[in-house]
Amino acid sequence: MSKPMTAALAAVLLAGCATTPATKPATGAAKPDLGFAADPYPSTYARVIGPAVLLQHATVLTGTGTRLDDADLLMRDGKIVAVGNAIDAPADAVRVDATGKWVTPGIIDIHSHLGVYPSPGMSAHSDGNEATSPVTAQVWAEHSIWPQDPGFHAALAGGVTSLQILPGSANLIGGRGVTVKNISSVTYQGMKFPGAPWGLKMACGENPKRVYGSKGGPSTRMGNIAGYRAAFADAAEYMKKRKDAAGKPDEAGKRDLKLDTLAGAINGDIRVNIHCYRADEMAIMLDLAKEFGFRISAFHHGVEAYKIADRLAAEGVCGALWADWWGFKMESFDGIQENIALVDRAKNGCAIVHSDSEEGIQRLNQEAAKVIANAGRVGIAITPEHAIQWLTTNPAKAMGILDQTGTLEAGKMADVVLWNGNPFSSYAQAEQVYVDGARLYDRRDRSRQPTSDFLLGQDAARGGVR
Amino acid sequence: MSRSPMKRLALVAALLAASGLASAQDLLIRNATVHTASTQGTLRATDVLVRNGRIAAIGSGLAAGNATVVDAQGQPLTPALFGGITDIGVEEVSGESSTVDAALALGSGASDMQVRPEFDVTLAYNPESILVPVTRVEGFGWTLLSAGSRPGGSLVAGQGGVVRLDGSLDAVGPRALFVTLGGDGANLSGSSRAAQWMLLDQLIDEVRGRIPADSQFALLTPAGRTTLAKYVGGGGRVMVRIQRASDIVRVLRWAKARDVRIALVGATEAWKVAPQLAAANVPVFVDALANLPADFDELGATLENAARLHAAGVKVSFFQTGDASHNARKVRQLAGNAVANGLPWDAGLAGLTTVPASALGVGGEIGNTIAVGQRADLVLWSGDPLDVANVARQVWLDGRAIPMRSRQTELRDRYLHPDTGLPRTYPSDAR
Repeated sequence: MSKPMTAALAAVLLAGCATTPATKPATGAAKPDLGFAADPYPSTYARVIGPAVLLQHATVLTGTGTRLDDADLLMRDGKIVAVGNAIDAPADAVRVDATGKWVTPGIIDIHSHLGVYPSPGMSAHSDGNEATSPVTAQVWAEHSIWPQDPGFHAALAGGVTSLQILPGSANLIGGRGVTVKNISSVTYQGMKFPGAPWGLKMACGENPKRVYGSKGGPSTRMGNIAGYRAAFADAAEYMKKRKDAAGKPDEAGKRDLKLDTLAGAINGDIRVNIHCYRADEMAIMLDLAKEFGFRISAFHHGVEAYKIADRLAAEGVCGALWADWWGFKMESFDGIQENIALVDRAKNGCAIVHSDSEEGIQRLNQEAAKVIANAGRVGIAITPEHAIQWLTTNPAKAMGILDQTGTLEAGKMADVVLWNGNPFSSYAQAEQVYVDGARLYDRRDRSRQPTSDFLLGQDAARGGVR
Repeated sequence: MSRSPMKRLALVAALLAASGLASAQDLLIRNATVHTASTQGTLRATDVLVRNGRIAAIGSGLAAGNATVVDAQGQPLTPALFGGITDIGVEEVSGESSTVDAALALGSGASDMQVRPEFDVTLAYNPESILVPVTRVEGFGWTLLSAGSRPGGSLVAGQGGVVRLDGSLDAVGPRALFVTLGGDGANLSGSSRAAQWMLLDQLIDEVRGRIPADSQFALLTPAGRTTLAKYVGGGGRVMVRIQRASDIVRVLRWAKARDVRIALVGATEAWKVAPQLAAANVPVFVDALANLPADFDELGATLENAARLHAAGVKVSFFQTGDASHNARKVRQLAGNAVANGLPWDAGLAGLTTVPASALGVGGEIGNTIAVGQRADLVLWSGDPLDVANVARQVWLDGRAIPMRSRQTELRDRYLHPDTGLPRTYPSDAR
């Protein structure tokens, strides 16, 4: 019988990650901490305690590009202990016969609006776009999350163990996104991924100019770019002021929540995620990033990423993409089903399958399957052990959590999916999903199938007179 | 203008082909796994012979004669699939209203209801839409164009119809009337779904002359009365967009009392009333991926909707809530996921072939089974067609091999190979 462990124990086991909000994982040389990424709303995540588990005789896709046949995976105390053939396990480990089944790292979705645009999609739940001003870097998506969104559980059944929840794309700069572990909690802080950096959400193209075209602008693409530049120019000045005043709190002046976030992005503490469809616009954003000295972690949606795949790879920018969406607006008119494969094919290319959808997040494995199938039509052969990285390793890398999850390597969080077979199929189903080593979803065990508070008792009227 | 006789011949041939007048080439597909979508089920290592655009023989060791021979190498052959209920050819870019003709709004808003059942969306259909080849190369041969409901129109949206994705201009078979009920239609019925029954009955009263045409309460034009009359008293198919179980029960009662032949679209909670649907012989077009309570009409959403309906004896086809038109090809994934959640595989294929063809009355217009005499609308697949891991290798409509090209494959091919100096906008053989 597992139960949530105490916060104190969690703090010890997580080696300080959960309870020391001010220090984020280092992203380079030592920098003065100017507090741009301080967290007054810290994670209270505590893993669910479970027994040691040994998955046996599975086909294992490690997320490092390797496939192991007839392999075992041992997890204990929330961590992966070993992956390989014929692993020794302690006598008390629960043994799961995974003959004929496949094991992968937990799926990670870098682009989700679960909780901020939850189900049911009531007007009262429309919390994903602070569409009151084109630059709202001061808002944090985490403050909009409704943890009872039934979509979290549906995503879990699809093998999703971590996800980044982003503000929408109405604004040029929409605010901070947050990474959560896909665990049931009454509060979002209870889901917040310990130590994960925030993501900054920006948006190119049609959406901001459509939303603000008749509300004071921007109404054009050139207006969009001017809007980003003005915001980052303010942030650069603010950053300098804060640096100059380091150690002299009286001279630092009032904190500006908007510029804190932008300065954090320039500083590298907050990862930049840009909704951008067209190749030419992505190229402008790459120049913008150079102008103001920030790094772009990933372009999201990028239906034309295939046109500049080499450039994205050379600049170390991931493409977080759909398998086949296109045509719903002008900037998505040039979508092709080989986009992900072509971004992946470039030397050092970083392709990510993302969802941006409460339906898509439940079957990111099938989205990848479509990419493999379409790539095959033009002679690009993609193995399962390679493709799984689009769903696990690469999003973890872009989100800054690859040192903790995203692959099946000893010492990492035991975020693991047991599939009924090859995951790249319409018929693939996650049979068991482990988050930090705890079996939190099991297709065959009703006791491991969570139900949102919202759905409770909705069928209570049934059974009466019909 | 070319003076060369050879060139003129080629031009004539091209014009014939473009007008659909070219005689279909005879075709022998050898050694296929033939999913007949009929009571014959699946036939392994089987040949299919096509003559004059129709299936002439099915068997083993068939003689080719002068027919083009295709070796299927054991791969699956199916009828060309149903692309779902879409706006293919009726919209080009969803966000650009100048390219979208899917819904009528002659009134000024929700309080200005204009009921025009005579509206026929198929008259906007453009067979040269880029969505047609994009959909077709994925194994789809036909679709049902829908008429959409919106404020300024009414809950009776107008008529849609079946189009073949073979370049032909006109819809085939009977039209279908589209009606939106329940929560989705509440903003079209004075803010209450209760008013939907009142409005529908009022329209029927007009059709039957109980409300004089010149009454101040009359909602229909003369053409509207004529059109609507075709759908009451056991006439044409009425496609009802509806979700909530209690609303479904009410529409079953209403349709029975007024002798209206309905099919349900969406029907997220249909599984709750599956026996009633089976008894009333009402086909259901479900979104097999809808498992979240998207709104309060869909609290009972489950991935097993299709399987439970089928088990109760309901005929099940598919409908996408997402981008049904640009991504019509995804309907194959819906069927596969329904199968993964308990629907028998044959029922999944039937949902993309015979069930919609029968429900829409186009069995004679669409090659929806592989049987002698059927139109040769066929697809050869790289593997199980309900699995997204596979793709269509070749599509034939009326026995003619469809070029497996679309604007998307052209874009793909332009960027597939390394840049060679001249910009990619120049023809590839010049670069």
